[in-house]
Amino acid sequence: MNVLLDNFPAFRDGFIGTVSITAVSSLIALVLGVVVAGFRVSPVPPLRYFGTAWVTLMRNTPLTLLFLIFFFVVPEILFPGMSPFVLGSLALGFYTSSFVCEAVRSGINTVPLGQAEAARSIGMTFAQTLQIVVLPQATRTVIPPLSSIFIALTKNSAIAGAFSNAELFGWQKLMSDKGYDIVPVFIWVAIGYLIITFTISGLFRLLERRMEVAR
Amino acid sequence: MSASVLYDAPGPKAVVRNRIYAVVGSLAIVALIVVSILRLADKGHLAPEMWDIFNYAGIRQNIADAVLATLKAFGLAAVGSLVLGVLLAVGRLSDHKPIRWVATTFIELFRSLPLLITIYAIWVGFLTDHSMWALAAGLSVYNGCVQAEVLRAGINSVPTGQSEAAYALGMSKTQVMTTVLMPQAIRSMLPTIISQLVVTLKDTSLGFIILYPELLQTARLIASNTQVNGQYPYVSTIVVIGTIYIAMCLLLSALATWIEKRGRRAKTGIKVAPGVQTADIPTAEDIPGPREGGAGGAGPTDGGAAGAAVTKD
Repeated sequence: MNVLLDNFPAFRDGFIGTVSITAVSSLIALVLGVVVAGFRVSPVPPLRYFGTAWVTLMRNTPLTLLFLIFFFVVPEILFPGMSPFVLGSLALGFYTSSFVCEAVRSGINTVPLGQAEAARSIGMTFAQTLQIVVLPQATRTVIPPLSSIFIALTKNSAIAGAFSNAELFGWQKLMSDKGYDIVPVFIWVAIGYLIITFTISGLFRLLERRMEVAR
Repeated sequence: MSASVLYDAPGPKAVVRNRIYAVVGSLAIVALIVVSILRLADKGHLAPEMWDIFNYAGIRQNIADAVLATLKAFGLAAVGSLVLGVLLAVGRLSDHKPIRWVATTFIELFRSLPLLITIYAIWVGFLTDHSMWALAAGLSVYNGCVQAEVLRAGINSVPTGQSEAAYALGMSKTQVMTTVLMPQAIRSMLPTIISQLVVTLKDTSLGFIILYPELLQTARLIASNTQVNGQYPYVSTIVVIGTIYIAMCLLLSALATWIEKRGRRAKTGIKVAPGVQTADIPTAEDIPGPREGGAGGAGPTDGGAAGAAVTKD
């Protein structure tokens, strides 16, 4: 009990840190994932190759390695002294974008064939077919996998805590360095994460219900 | 729906337009890479001395030790997670309520916690001096839950006639599980199991945080203990060691794809599920079982898995 009450401000900051890094990087992952999914189904071969290479590479890179690249290599390319929050959310966003891309692509695959054929036969271009006809219908099937991808993102954000971000894992590390018993610390951090992941799955269930349409 | 359904066969105008897009797109990507390399070269990270450090026997030995350390932790975690996975899967399908309840609680608890939190707690709480065992234990617990759900999906996808026939022959529950259900479940889920092993291999990188001297920790040590031209060679070490790591993961992924293709060729037995590397621990219901995957017209249920890759290009 004491661990939490004595260090409540730090815990609160950690909680808010986890929520904000999750929010920012899921936005990056969502935008990037949809764009790369568009690349992967596009009629332009180099973009298709790029999409495939992106997904293969990102899915087979350990997230910690990606964090190392973002903290030691990227600042040298862009400019030194970028904040750990920006670098951390970029690394998380890039990593998760490959999973979002695959979810969107398999969502596109579930839209009935006739829909795209009809769109083509009334003269729509590739971009129009995707934007007006296919993607809106794919959204519905993509939402459940997206929910678990974002929950995984929340859990992966713990690694950002090891790279000097203020979030829940950072709090756990701080408390155990201060000499508190690890078991209660572990339980409180676990509860913090459970609150966030349950909120995400609840929100997505709500979204799912609102978008439900009889087919 | 294959990609080509989304656009018409290009006519002369579209061919020209696509070529322009192709050139512009490739140029943009190439430009990005060139600018990055130039910026790195500007700061002296591409100087030959930076890469010369890999010619030293000591550093090569360090890297070899690190590869071995990573593989050791991975081997332990792979065996641990598979054993735990089989136990948990059988437990969750057990006829005895308490066993089912314990297995379900265990799976549900550890699948919803970040792996890093678990590993760190095990390390600080119980195995402070044995970071390899802490890493392997954490990985086994987390990935064991996943393998359990994968196996459960596999067992559920074996046609009920199989176990009914086995019971009709007078086999005991254990016999049915070990000689009829498990072999078929493992065969059909092998690509998914190996994909999950890739995730386990990737997650050994978390040893970095508990100071286990695996590849990334070694990279950090090499980079921070060597000084070349007044700079620490972070870029070159990360490039070299990152390449080794990614190559190992790609090899294991390729194995999963190969087994999947091989399984799809076979005409007997139940279908082999696609090997999907999931972002999160899926429940058995989410895993695209052999029943729904693979068939031509994928139904709307196909999108149920996290990051499901529909392997139809």
